[in-house]
Amino acid sequence: MSKRVGVEVSIAISEAVGLARAEIIPAYPITPQTHIVEHLSEMVANGQLDAEFVPVESEHAAMSCCCGAAAAGARVFTSSSSQGLSLMSEILYIPSTMRLPMVMVVANRALSAPISIWNDHQDIMVQRDIGWIQTFAENGQEAVDLTIHAFKVAENRNVSLPMIVNIDGFTLSHVIEPIELPDQEDVDAYLPPFKPRYKLDPRKPITMGPVGIPEVYTEAKVAHDKAIKNSKRYILKAWEEFEEVFGRKYEPVETYRTEDAEVLLVGMGSICETAMTAVDKMRDQGQKVGLLKIRLWRPFPAQEFRKAVGKTKILAVIDRCLPPGAVCGPVGAELRSMFYKIPGSPKIFSFVAGLGGRDVTVSRFEEIVDKARAFAKKRPRELYEVIGVREK
Amino acid sequence: MIPEFEKFKGFKAKNLPQIEPLAPGHRACQGCGEVLALRMVMKALGKDVIVCNATGCMEIITSPYPHTAWNVPWIHIAFENAAAVASGVEAARKVLKRKKKIPKKHVDILAVGGDGATGDIGLQWISGAMERGHDFLYVCLDNEAYMNTGVQRSGCTPYGAMTTTSPPGKKSFGQVTWKKNVPGIMVAHNIPYVATASPAYFLDLMNKVKKAALVKGPAYVHIFSPCPTGWGSAGERSVEFARLAVETKVFPLYEVIEGRYIMSRKIKKAKPVTEYLKGQKRFRHLDEAHIDYIQKRVDAEYEKLLRLSEMT
Ligand SMILES: Cc1ncc(C[n+]2csc(CCOP(=O)(O)OP(=O)(O)O)c2C)c(N)n1
Ligand code: SF4
Ligand SMILES: [Mg+2]
Repeated sequence: MSKRVGVEVSIAISEAVGLARAEIIPAYPITPQTHIVEHLSEMVANGQLDAEFVPVESEHAAMSCCCGAAAAGARVFTSSSSQGLSLMSEILYIPSTMRLPMVMVVANRALSAPISIWNDHQDIMVQRDIGWIQTFAENGQEAVDLTIHAFKVAENRNVSLPMIVNIDGFTLSHVIEPIELPDQEDVDAYLPPFKPRYKLDPRKPITMGPVGIPEVYTEAKVAHDKAIKNSKRYILKAWEEFEEVFGRKYEPVETYRTEDAEVLLVGMGSICETAMTAVDKMRDQGQKVGLLKIRLWRPFPAQEFRKAVGKTKILAVIDRCLPPGAVCGPVGAELRSMFYKIPGSPKIFSFVAGLGGRDVTVSRFEEIVDKARAFAKKRPRELYEVIGVREK
Repeated sequence: MIPEFEKFKGFKAKNLPQIEPLAPGHRACQGCGEVLALRMVMKALGKDVIVCNATGCMEIITSPYPHTAWNVPWIHIAFENAAAVASGVEAARKVLKRKKKIPKKHVDILAVGGDGATGDIGLQWISGAMERGHDFLYVCLDNEAYMNTGVQRSGCTPYGAMTTTSPPGKKSFGQVTWKKNVPGIMVAHNIPYVATASPAYFLDLMNKVKKAALVKGPAYVHIFSPCPTGWGSAGERSVEFARLAVETKVFPLYEVIEGRYIMSRKIKKAKPVTEYLKGQKRFRHLDEAHIDYIQKRVDAEYEKLLRLSEMT
């Protein structure tokens, strides 16, 4: 029987990677991802996990090594954050179009400058278009579950794509939570061994990563786009099976007290926990407020999202990323373009909050809801507002 | 001595492998010395190999989809990281063998890149892979510039050479720096096998590549690769220039086995460097003073190498 234990989320994630029987872990340390890879290297060192831990000399090499390993047919895991993820950037686009499955946990952290080790979503948002499947975890249990789920999805032959599980740096990675670690037999039943369709094998030579001349490049990119769009059904199916085996249910967009809501907060990751408290408080005061949590970010679950919004007329979208000079944050922009000119669609207001470890408190959510209501009456001058900026 | 070498009798003109893991019909320029060298590398390695290719001429000319010149498994990811990709292939195969998911049979892992991919942009990735001790061989095909992007200078471009980013002019005589000693950097990693080779000495080249593959752990072979397009030399003279580079001491052939330098070919009566320099447009602008400097420095570098071979 699996049991709930108090454990640091990073350690629990490493244990989940072990339960998934990852075979190779090329990794380079960066705060706040370090505990994940340290614990994995320990698990390999003490024989708990039969895998190769490759202590590469940079994140760029980590991702390059992941590509080689996946192409050779092994189950691949790595983890990174912030500057490290940015250093990988050149390579991140490659395994996705080459359809090399692998799983990466990103402990989300701000980007320099100024250098900051604290949490926001800028690191992953600049990698929005790398063509990986991406989920966001809200708490430690989700981080563990989504990690196991990621292997199942990525390696499905109908998917064959790399996958990122986002966890908030420190606010998730470094906290101790009661977490249920699944039993090995259950994970084995859920996750069959990796059997790649193609691999580097002298018995059956293939050429991987050739030159894409103009006559084929578009088709290669369209094939990738189709694959990631098509992956949604396998993502959902893997969540259904997950519920059958482990009893926990996951959906691409989760609703919290959305019934008859006038305003819906939209967020992703760990701020949703505080947002729920804020929703409870506002509901107690008689305000019709709810919350939408985006768990599946890529492919974007448009259909599910529209359904979750229902008849609500005001969305207050929170981005933990400020793209300077842009129209608004990436989540806000995504939703605005998704709803553009759809009859009866809600008014969407974009807020930026929680940069570089700045707390987003219950009162901040209240402020956001108040502002959204006011903006619905009188259009704001700016297309987004940054919340919680100190005057001095 | 390296035990794996004992059983290897060496390639001879009579027993050259017939196998062509790199097929003809690729798109290299006429007289390309780099693809000639690569063909020899592949003949020496045979069919039980996985190739990790850096971006560059050899990658471009062998893989325009839907065509491929590769009869062996081959992967290209990016420019600077072939050694890291090879690390991944090697480490993955190690664990897959342990778990009995793939046959035990040995397969050579080859990472291959140009001088730019190796000595400049990829140095860190190679250094990392060498230091970690992966069982693979890295082959640098040195045509002394970034040819694929149109003949820009690299750290391996020789002193005085004209490239598109080291053009001679009123205030310049071409490349101002001396060729980077990339094999020396590899030796500093204390890897078991480092060698230099030339397609003009094809048996020597193939034997070195085979030894690099046989050795357990990382090995490095640096191959001089004439590029008629980039050098402004006649295509039919590529092998001749490769030979002249050795005979003039410009590109000495040696091995470094477990730290011991061994000259493959001692040049007793060297030809003057002018014999090598003339006939290549990239050196045409050099005046006597520069050629004199090149001659002196070439001799001095060769002496250094000789002393290393006597000392170790
Ligand atoms: C990160 C990155 N920077 C630059 C390039 C452009 N680029 C492609 S190949 C090449 C030069 C290759 O030179 P070398 O490694 O010497 O190989 P050669 O073509 O001469 O055989 C360059 C600069 C690239 N593909 N990737
Ligand atoms: S440019 Fe030089 S190295 Fe490249 S294919 Fe042509 S001859 Fe060979
Ligand atoms: Mg070159």
